[in-house]
Amino acid sequence: MVEWWTYSAEDFLLFSPRVYWRLFALHNAAFHPLPLLTPAVGLALALLAAVRPPGHGRWIAAALAVLWAFVGWGFVWQRYAPINWAAAWIAPLFAVQAALFLAAAAAGALRFRRSGPAVWTGAALLAVALVGYPLMADSRAAAEVFGMAPDPTAVGTLGLLLAARGGWLRALLFPVPVLWCLATGATLWAMGAPQAWLAPAAAGVAVAVAVACARENRA
Amino acid sequence: MPATRRTILKGLMASAAMGATAGAMTGAASAQPAPAPLTRTIPATGEAIPAVGLGTWITFNVGDDPVLRDECAAVMEAFFAGGGAMIDSSPMYGSSQAVTGYGLARLGQPAALFSAEKVWISSPAAGPAQMEESRRRWGVPRFDLMQVHNLLSWEAHLDTLAAMKAEGRIRYTGITTSEGRRHDLFERVMDTRRPDFIQITYNPVDREAEDRILPLAAERGIAVIVNRPFRQGELTRRLGPRPLLDWAAEVGAVSWAQLILKHILAHPAVTVAIPATTRVDHVRENLAAASGPLPDAALRRRIADHIASL
Repeated sequence: MVEWWTYSAEDFLLFSPRVYWRLFALHNAAFHPLPLLTPAVGLALALLAAVRPPGHGRWIAAALAVLWAFVGWGFVWQRYAPINWAAAWIAPLFAVQAALFLAAAAAGALRFRRSGPAVWTGAALLAVALVGYPLMADSRAAAEVFGMAPDPTAVGTLGLLLAARGGWLRALLFPVPVLWCLATGATLWAMGAPQAWLAPAAAGVAVAVAVACARENRA
Repeated sequence: MPATRRTILKGLMASAAMGATAGAMTGAASAQPAPAPLTRTIPATGEAIPAVGLGTWITFNVGDDPVLRDECAAVMEAFFAGGGAMIDSSPMYGSSQAVTGYGLARLGQPAALFSAEKVWISSPAAGPAQMEESRRRWGVPRFDLMQVHNLLSWEAHLDTLAAMKAEGRIRYTGITTSEGRRHDLFERVMDTRRPDFIQITYNPVDREAEDRILPLAAERGIAVIVNRPFRQGELTRRLGPRPLLDWAAEVGAVSWAQLILKHILAHPAVTVAIPATTRVDHVRENLAAASGPLPDAALRRRIADHIASL
């Protein structure tokens, strides 16, 4: 019997903050110049969602499928799992999320709206993912970048999902990014990182707005 | 039984105090710059082992980061150069095993190494495969000590370890816990299974082990490894800004870390303390704590009372 109640969050932290933050610098360097390109993809997705050309929902879902697969394999599995064995169980969830986005792309399940509270909230979350996260890094080399690092990818994804309408397939796209946001918040809190609140807060806002606008989103 | 344990402890305390006095005298009479580090005897075999080892929890979990791997190798180099021997790790510690293996390979597999590992898996059947994977990561022919981590599936794993020891695939068996967890069960396993080593948390603030675990280890001839001597750095961080008191000099301690280690090592039942660090200067400082005089019982009380009061 394991006495779980005797453990604190810090007891589950297997690595030092220095090792954790250096992961992003190593990851960005290993895939250069992708850290410059994936935020551009994020901006392009925002433009697609705003302009809404024919097939925009399919393109956005397909792009997010690629980004989730890449972040899950490149960062969570290759780089994070060696220092955190729990990440080896989390990485498959990124593959599941990528598969769900592929299904959404094939089914044309996402349709984006031009305005409304959900759209503006989603835009704010996407802005946090594309601009806020890189600015929080100690150095440009160690920036957490949308499409490269899991936190801004999850927050940006929630932003895009908020701006979309859709049925049950869209609803299925929320749990993995929300779970990641909660998990990363717990990790950063155990590390004493000041931005620990950000991802869980983003997830909370996304879920609250999605629920509040549920009827509208099904329309 | 408590009277017996007390009697044994009193005898050990007396010999430790004599050793401390002898150390103090030696320190005063000699101007040798690098005294040999203190060694302790493993009761099961009489083998001598340096009293300060090296933990790898968190500090060696640096993944594939080449810069940090080299820093860990430098820590290991300083550790062996300073007379250290025991390195302790676990499958639970992320990449620490692989990083330890990297350092050992870079250092040409130091002969002084005393390898201490753990089996940490619920399924007893999966234990041997996990231990073999750990051995492969370290790059050693066999482990000196294999411990059951946090008493997970301890009955079956201890059976496996006993068989491995009989076959010469490990030299010692052990059990571990940390932060005072499951001491009742721990005591029962010590009593009934008599492992060669136990590993526990013990420092001037976390002293639950003094009540029963340490006396029982002394009585049963079980070697004691002390983990988390600095409470994962919290103690040294908290005490660091405060000046050392004058009486720290009585035992030759020049830092809080050394004073804490000397307090731990002065307990007669303690065999090895395994502080973890990422810094070469800290590993040297830790090893230096095991040379020169150790505090006697009265000074140990003062150290514990003072640190607890801060």
